[in-house]
Amino acid sequence: MSVITIEKKILEKNDLIAANNRDFFNEKKIFVINILSSPGSGKTSLIERSLARWGKKIKFGIIEGDVQTDLDAQRLDVFKVPVVQIVTNGACHLDANLVRDAYSSIEKEEIELLIIENVGNLVCPAGFDLGEHIKVVVTSITEGDDKPLKYPSVFRNSSVLIINKTDLLPHVNSSLAKLKKNALSINPSLKIFETSCVTDDGIDKWCKWLKTQINKNESSTFY
Amino acid sequence: MHELSIAQEIINILETNVPTESYRQVSKVKVKIGKFSNILSDSLQFCFEVVINNSKFSNTKLEIETVPLIIECSDCRSKIEIEPPVFICSNCGSSNINLITGNEMSIDLIEIND
Ligand SMILES: Nc1nc2c(ncn2[C@@H]2O[C@H](COP(=O)(O)OP(=O)(O)OP(=O)(O)O)[C@@H](O)[C@H]2O)c(=O)[nH]1
Ligand SMILES: [Mg+2]
Ligand SMILES: [Zn+2]
Repeated sequence: MSVITIEKKILEKNDLIAANNRDFFNEKKIFVINILSSPGSGKTSLIERSLARWGKKIKFGIIEGDVQTDLDAQRLDVFKVPVVQIVTNGACHLDANLVRDAYSSIEKEEIELLIIENVGNLVCPAGFDLGEHIKVVVTSITEGDDKPLKYPSVFRNSSVLIINKTDLLPHVNSSLAKLKKNALSINPSLKIFETSCVTDDGIDKWCKWLKTQINKNESSTFY
Repeated sequence: MHELSIAQEIINILETNVPTESYRQVSKVKVKIGKFSNILSDSLQFCFEVVINNSKFSNTKLEIETVPLIIECSDCRSKIEIEPPVFICSNCGSSNINLITGNEMSIDLIEIND
């Protein structure tokens, strides 16, 4: 019997493509965010509100990931920004290769902020690096305040948490304070925003922070 | 669900690391899966059996070693195992901790009966 010892990461291929994507985005000075949440927490709505807030003042590019249909991409058509839809046909997450292919169809456009909306799922997408600079996890107040404890890895691996649908706070029995406490217990360095895509509460704060990140990215140098 | 992608990726790695003529002699592939990697061992085992049966490696078993979630505390320097979702040092209570192990998803070795 012979044994081949290889010590290889199972997702090595994905990680390699993700690293290439990241190098490419750095070279082009494109700031890239990967948005993750359960189905329906408001990822597309947050993108809509951000596009409405900034108009042409930020050069957006959007990659939409869904299991089926291009409904989310259609919703963004009115904003006249480069949008690509990835339909995963059942796969529960995006991977670096899908993102690379999707990006190639809009690469002729001038883009400074690329937003990738991942497939609605709090588990699977967390392990797949796409080449993004930051992961943003969205949870809505209607999902209860225990989500960080139940799905710790996505909260641990994200830099930003957006708590959405705050307009519904009076109607649900989950507590904003408890939700924040739970999230920070998993990841004390999370930057937290509270938003409502209905009343636009908190959207401006989030949008301004985004702009700051883009400016930082544009003035940084990579080697 | 992504256990299926992981199982498929393991087979892709077998294909690139084993000479074609030895495919049928591969008796075992051993992987290390961290407790914090979002992979369910039972589900991975099940998915592996499904994909391996549709591959050229029909005689290969999957062995999974589970790697505990171990942290190092930046305040008291202890290295201890913790249980998610509690992300604090159980020695001093600090949340200033770094993950040492627990995120693994790697292939350790491949056994060939030749
Ligand atoms: N009340 C309220 N409803 C919201 C808010 N944000 C989004 N919604 C509603 O929630 C539903 C889902 O929103 P989407 O933006 O489609 O959520 P998503 O995360 O993109 O969903 P998937 O892509 O399917 O995972 C829609 O009916 C939105 O109108 C909010 O802040 N408050
Ligand atoms: Mg959506
Ligand atoms: Zn300690």
